[in-house]
Amino acid sequence: MAEVLVLVDHVEGENKKSTYELLTAARALGEPSAVVVGPAGTAGKLADGLKAHGAAKIYVAETDSTDFLTPQVSVLASLVESTNPAAVLISVSADGKEIAGRLAVRTDSALLGDAVAVSPEGVTHSVFGGAYIAEAKANTAHPVITLRPGSVEVEQADGAGAEESVEVPAAAGRSATVTAREPLAGGDRPELTEASVVVSGGRGVGSAENFEIVEKLADSLGAAVGASRAAVDSGYYPHQFQVGQTGKTVSPQLYIALGISGAIQHRAGMQTSKTIIAVNKDAEAPIFEIADFGVVGDLFKVAPQLQEEIVKRKS
Amino acid sequence: MNIVVLIKQVPDTYSERKLDGSDGTLDREATDSVLDEINERAVEAALQLKEANDGTEVTVVTMGPDGATDAIRKALSMGADKAVHLSDAALHGSCAVQTSKALAKLIGTVDGGFDLVLAGNEASDGRAGAVPAMVADILGVPALTHAREVTVEGGSVSVTRETDDGVTKLTAELPALVSVNEKINEPRYPSFKGIMAAKKKPVATLSLADAGIDASEVGLANALSTVTSSQPKPPKSAGEKIEDEGDGGAKIAAYLVAQKLV
Ligand SMILES: Cc1cc2nc3c(=O)[nH]c(=O)nc-3n(C[C@H](O)[C@H](O)[C@H](O)COP(=O)(O)OP(=O)(O)OC[C@H]3O[C@@H](n4cnc5c(N)ncnc54)[C@H](O)[C@@H]3O)c2cc1C
Ligand SMILES: Nc1ncnc2c1ncn2[C@@H]1O[C@H](COP(=O)(O)O)[C@@H](O)[C@H]1O
Repeated sequence: MAEVLVLVDHVEGENKKSTYELLTAARALGEPSAVVVGPAGTAGKLADGLKAHGAAKIYVAETDSTDFLTPQVSVLASLVESTNPAAVLISVSADGKEIAGRLAVRTDSALLGDAVAVSPEGVTHSVFGGAYIAEAKANTAHPVITLRPGSVEVEQADGAGAEESVEVPAAAGRSATVTAREPLAGGDRPELTEASVVVSGGRGVGSAENFEIVEKLADSLGAAVGASRAAVDSGYYPHQFQVGQTGKTVSPQLYIALGISGAIQHRAGMQTSKTIIAVNKDAEAPIFEIADFGVVGDLFKVAPQLQEEIVKRKS
Repeated sequence: MNIVVLIKQVPDTYSERKLDGSDGTLDREATDSVLDEINERAVEAALQLKEANDGTEVTVVTMGPDGATDAIRKALSMGADKAVHLSDAALHGSCAVQTSKALAKLIGTVDGGFDLVLAGNEASDGRAGAVPAMVADILGVPALTHAREVTVEGGSVSVTRETDDGVTKLTAELPALVSVNEKINEPRYPSFKGIMAAKKKPVATLSLADAGIDASEVGLANALSTVTSSQPKPPKSAGEKIEDEGDGGAKIAAYLVAQKLV
């Protein structure tokens, strides 16, 4: 069976959930080989998780290079050449998209970006914030596919996980150098793109302090917190929580929008949510057009009451 | 310093965006087009560097249909010096790899070469968000992407890169490519003077042959990937809507329980 190269997405010595999604998706195309690129000692911490999700091989490229993203590209490019894989799978993130694009250019491969499903025939995309579903196929060998986190249900599988160390080839062109890195503090809440429940606040929340109402409701539901761009631009909530066209795309089981009007650019990031609840004091707000259940009312009254009810049910 | 800004005309996100049912490409007839919002910021960043560095020339480069002249006018009105526009029917349906290769060639046609290429970090239409890094890879120059801040000093460029995963400081020797994010600046409005001046600025409209690109390297028929089908998803319809009468929160809770969501 052909190999499928999976670029391992890891942070602080742990595999991200998206890595397991890639390994699960890869099994539909062939035999998954995990590719670990990171500083010395990285692969040892990741191997068990990779094996438990079906990695037949683990290619280990350990390097202390400060070159920005190009080591990943060079390693994958040399593996594409040596293994002629059925496909290369990378998860959608700022880094993932960049690595994938460069790899496609270097290996003359089709780039199938932002897939929500993969099959031997091709990939499925959700376009324009879910307004369209499109199918696409590669016209080249070893297509480079980026998969949107949260679109595949993780399944465990036993993999041999045979480790093989690989050299990091010298960079093909000049690289940017990393001089400092500050990873975002994750906090205790689930990651926005991985959460099954998301509670978001908009300009209607009114201030950074008031966002506590959104956070409290989210915590009662074990949810991630999101925000509209207006809320982010007004300084109520940090940028990395923005949902929408220029923010994150989320597709949880449940999305609760508090004080969000539902502009088309916001909807682009959340309208594929399975169930949408909206609270807005304006009965004409467009968010109600896509809400399964809408309450026309003051979020400062409705959200705390909802939170109390949830807490009551849980106790 | 010579700065090249990659700009793209995109469908206005306030209007409804459609895919062409026959070939899965963007239906440009059906939508209003504008200069991509983040590209306005890339132009602004270029103009700020020009203001800080005497003798800087800003060239905007775009590949796209005839209508892209509106985007070019906007950038020139803001203060860019000249423009190069690759417009050729054969480009229709080009994939990201082809687009990047064509853009790299197009950049090569700019008089005087470049010290810095500026781009948006992602366009609002396709959200590929990969073209800038791909172009840099082809040009063999460093890519400093998703910049929230950019400084050029003594032949090198440094950026503060901000993404969902955190903040990274990057540096590289020029020539290099930088893509900017939506937080980098507030783009200026073209002044009346700027709009008038733009009318006299040079715009080179190139065909594929002019740019030294072979027709077999671009276009739908030669694309490395093909959209095989596209369908509008039935829009989500509105469900129940109630007026809060003091029990709105409780009613939501009851709905969630009924749907087995809590
Ligand atoms: C290129 C581009 C990209 C964009 N990308 C994004 C994006 O990624 N994400 C995004 O969200 N937006 C994006 N936008 C912005 C978008 O157009 C809207 O401006 C934004 O979504 C509005 O946010 P909002 O709903 O919080 O604010 P508003 O539209 O101001 O709505 C606030 C709502 O709160 C309600 N409200 C006020 N007080 C209360 C209360 N006490 N109780 C209940 N309801 C109350 C009001 O009735 C109103 O409906 C983008 C725009 C452009 C041009
Ligand atoms: N056809 C094009 N012409 C000029 N610049 C482009 C084109 N396509 C993409 N770009 C540049 O690449 C950036 C990211 O686009 P994308 O990768 O399509 O999301 C844009 O903001 C532009 O700066």
